[in-house]
Amino acid sequence: MNDAAIQLQDLEIAYRVRGVDRRVLRGVSFEIGQGESYGLVGESGCGKTTAAFAIMRYLPRNAKTLNGSIRLNGEDMLGMSGAHVRRLHATTLSMVYQNPASALNPSIRVGPQLTEVFQLLGVEKDEALHQSEAMLHKVQISDPTRVMRRYPHQLSGGMQQRVVIAMALAKNPTLLILDEPTTGLDATVEAEVLDLIAALRQEFGTSVLFISHNLAVIAKMCERVGVLYAGRLVEQGPAQEVFHDPRHPYTVGLLRSIPRGGVRKDEAALDTIPGFLPRLGATLPGCVFEPRCGLAKEICREQEPDLIPLGNGHASRCHFHDRAQDLPRVAPARLPATHVPKGKPLLEVVNGSKTFKQEGQELQALVDVSVVVRPGEVLGLVGESGSGKTTLARLLLGLTSPDEGATLFMDGEELAGKVEKRSKEQVRSLQIVFQNPDGALNRRHSVRRIVGRALYKLLGLKGRSKEARATELAESVRFDQALLGAKPAQLSGGLKQRVAIARAFAGDPRIVLCDEPTSALDVSVQAAILNLLVELQTQKGVSYVFISHDLGVVRYISDRIAVMYLGRLQEVGDAATVFGGPHHPYTEALLSAVPTLEGEERTRIRLEGEIPSAANPPSGCVFHTRCPRFLGEICVQEEPPLAEVEPGHLMRCHIPVEDLRRLQAEASRAAQAKTTT
Amino acid sequence: MTTIDEQAAPIAIPIRPDETKVERHERLHLLVRSPTFLLGCILAGIWVICAIFGYLIAPHDPVAPDILSKFEPPSGEHLFGTDKLGQDVLSRVIVGARAVLVVAPLATIIGTVLGTTIGLVTGYYRGFVDEAVMRLVDAILAVPLIITALVAITALTSVGQSSSKIPLILVIGFVFTPIIAKTVRAAVLGEAQLEYVQAARLRNERGPYVMFAEILPNVTGPIIVEFTVRLGYAIFTVATLAFLGFAADPSVPDWGQDISAHYQSISAGYWWPVLFPSLAIATLIIGINLIADAIAQLYER
Repeated sequence: MNDAAIQLQDLEIAYRVRGVDRRVLRGVSFEIGQGESYGLVGESGCGKTTAAFAIMRYLPRNAKTLNGSIRLNGEDMLGMSGAHVRRLHATTLSMVYQNPASALNPSIRVGPQLTEVFQLLGVEKDEALHQSEAMLHKVQISDPTRVMRRYPHQLSGGMQQRVVIAMALAKNPTLLILDEPTTGLDATVEAEVLDLIAALRQEFGTSVLFISHNLAVIAKMCERVGVLYAGRLVEQGPAQEVFHDPRHPYTVGLLRSIPRGGVRKDEAALDTIPGFLPRLGATLPGCVFEPRCGLAKEICREQEPDLIPLGNGHASRCHFHDRAQDLPRVAPARLPATHVPKGKPLLEVVNGSKTFKQEGQELQALVDVSVVVRPGEVLGLVGESGSGKTTLARLLLGLTSPDEGATLFMDGEELAGKVEKRSKEQVRSLQIVFQNPDGALNRRHSVRRIVGRALYKLLGLKGRSKEARATELAESVRFDQALLGAKPAQLSGGLKQRVAIARAFAGDPRIVLCDEPTSALDVSVQAAILNLLVELQTQKGVSYVFISHDLGVVRYISDRIAVMYLGRLQEVGDAATVFGGPHHPYTEALLSAVPTLEGEERTRIRLEGEIPSAANPPSGCVFHTRCPRFLGEICVQEEPPLAEVEPGHLMRCHIPVEDLRRLQAEASRAAQAKTTT
Repeated sequence: MTTIDEQAAPIAIPIRPDETKVERHERLHLLVRSPTFLLGCILAGIWVICAIFGYLIAPHDPVAPDILSKFEPPSGEHLFGTDKLGQDVLSRVIVGARAVLVVAPLATIIGTVLGTTIGLVTGYYRGFVDEAVMRLVDAILAVPLIITALVAITALTSVGQSSSKIPLILVIGFVFTPIIAKTVRAAVLGEAQLEYVQAARLRNERGPYVMFAEILPNVTGPIIVEFTVRLGYAIFTVATLAFLGFAADPSVPDWGQDISAHYQSISAGYWWPVLFPSLAIATLIIGINLIADAIAQLYER
């Protein structure tokens, strides 16, 4: 095919790390047709970004191309001179990075940065200004003139990414590379940016290489998809076909790891992929996935399979591609049933507020939040960034003390605001699993010391009994005892998180706060950690307060859900009720923003505008500035109370619940009609 | 419980062999192969050997005056010539290494220990103590270091016995404390933000444990770099003080003291009693700085 926009042939790239060449791409071949959108998925460390940088010729200095070729519109890119590559960057190649804040120059206003792109193409200055404004209009920035006068840091993340996309598309490139363009953004903003990219692609007819670890995003955005594992393309084909009829055990494993279609912990357990990604540059004589594959046979160890064509452009690099979907499960199909013993509230916050002072301004991170946690339940905490989820968690833990007027209770007894003032028993009862295990574990301490110290301080255990309990704990979080002497740096992300969980459980806590415990992990590892958390909960009868921006994960694990916006609770209720509806308009918007693998078009509610600043919250209902079901003056004037609209279902909205139910049912019918036609 | 076993087996495969050990090994390998480090070690090593075995290596008695052969230019008999008392310059340079290499490292160690402690306390507790101590540190740093040292040493020696190593070591150590405290504090500020420090609070750890057992091991990199850099400065300070008449022990050969005793003779053409001790100071400091650079580079990677 000569009409390919970009063609990679047997690309092999190595990085020189501490004096040794380590292969990151082991012969990757794929091509993207004119106007086609191609997705590259895989867990971190598989070589996705290296492939993108290789196409851009942006590889770091320690990288070496060992073999293969890259052809852009039929032209060999690897042999090109630096000047030629720069010309291509100015005219035909564009890239959008994960972090828009560092892709824009912080000391130059948006206007000059954008017009420069046009001027490089030879457009006159005035004309370039005009075209820049038009371009910003195209990326749905409503007030381009004003935005052009701003510095990048004065824009929100979503706006920054729009500007970057505008710059990338300004030259009408042949190929646009998007490297995790929405990973750092909130779900509602992500939805908008993805829609925008899809619409612009239609308009410009650009070929797109879309890199993401999020399978659902790829399913939504791409026509064809390539699955990368350890620098090898293990499966390739039309996106819908790959995701619905996967033919490589790795793809099968990935798909089984994601909580999909509103599945809950008591319905089915997630599956995981055992073992770890091979070390960077390890020699793998056979199939790259063989050490982790449940279907592996003798032949897999000895002979690397070719990319076997399966028709319709679908191909799999597996000797047993026809049996891939019979991959034996690693995790049990069902987890032991959880039953929620409704009891007296275990932990309670009444009127919890927290105001931070920042440069003379008062920032209300938390406003009048009252929540209870009952024994043995999982309370999911949902909301965009800046909604106050983490502040609430820190307040419960006593790491941040609340404003005057707030009271905390544990077992009906008042709980001090500062952890240092709480009794040993109270401290022991409330523990946390942090988001990032790298920061949460002391990298100079061994696992044995990390867990042992918690046992000593919280339970007063010493010597042999401490050692015995540490071993027991390690076992209960599935942590190999042989690794107890290891330091965190020697462990993979999933193992580190297991250590953090073991530490949290060391003092036999009654409530464990989980602050995005899986968002720093790859999906297969995330599944294993979620399963472990569910299992520990049933075994030990603890309660969780589970914070996550991933609604699929929250839905999977939570019994009750609390939705937060700008530091205020908007909706509280049983998981089934909150997800089943009627929803608060904000919850409705959050739900419709999440892309699904099934590709079903749900009621699409777009949130407009930015999350307001907590220093200057909107009057009345704080959500009224973005509310898709805005009623009128009352929403601006008066803050609705958090009222019980159904038994156990609280909502902060002026719209009567029956109206919400009717409106949302109508919207969903309309969306269904649209998908069927 | 069968479910647990099913899941346990595959997860327990430790595919990652001792990543840190491999890394440390590769790091050390890199350090040993770095030409900067090697050159630094050779330069500094020569002087360390001189400091330890000086009297054995020296070709002549470094303190034996020979009035008949004073200011003899470098020759086969006296490679570096003789000074105004007819003492062999080469022997004095070799033996003189000890005066510097005892005082400077000890002073640097004192400065590092004190500075690290202050840095940990201010960086971890922040608040009022931090403000107060840091303003004091800024005030001390605003005055040229050597003047602070001179004033302190005059005060100390006038009270106690003169010509002792102890006051010199203490003074240089104290003078270096503020700057080391600043470096350590900056590193601690970053570390204290990490969640493992909060995790420690959530099990009722006391401040000293958090500072010394949790944070300190994670800031050793910058401390080691700072130590080597300060060592270079300490050598320079010791030599300067000796030049100004505050040698640790005036009766023992000392580079700074020898330069001070002869610099006026340069105009008479007797350059050798000044040049060789100066070169000795320069090579030792360059050696130490090369080592410091190599170590700093290693931590930057």
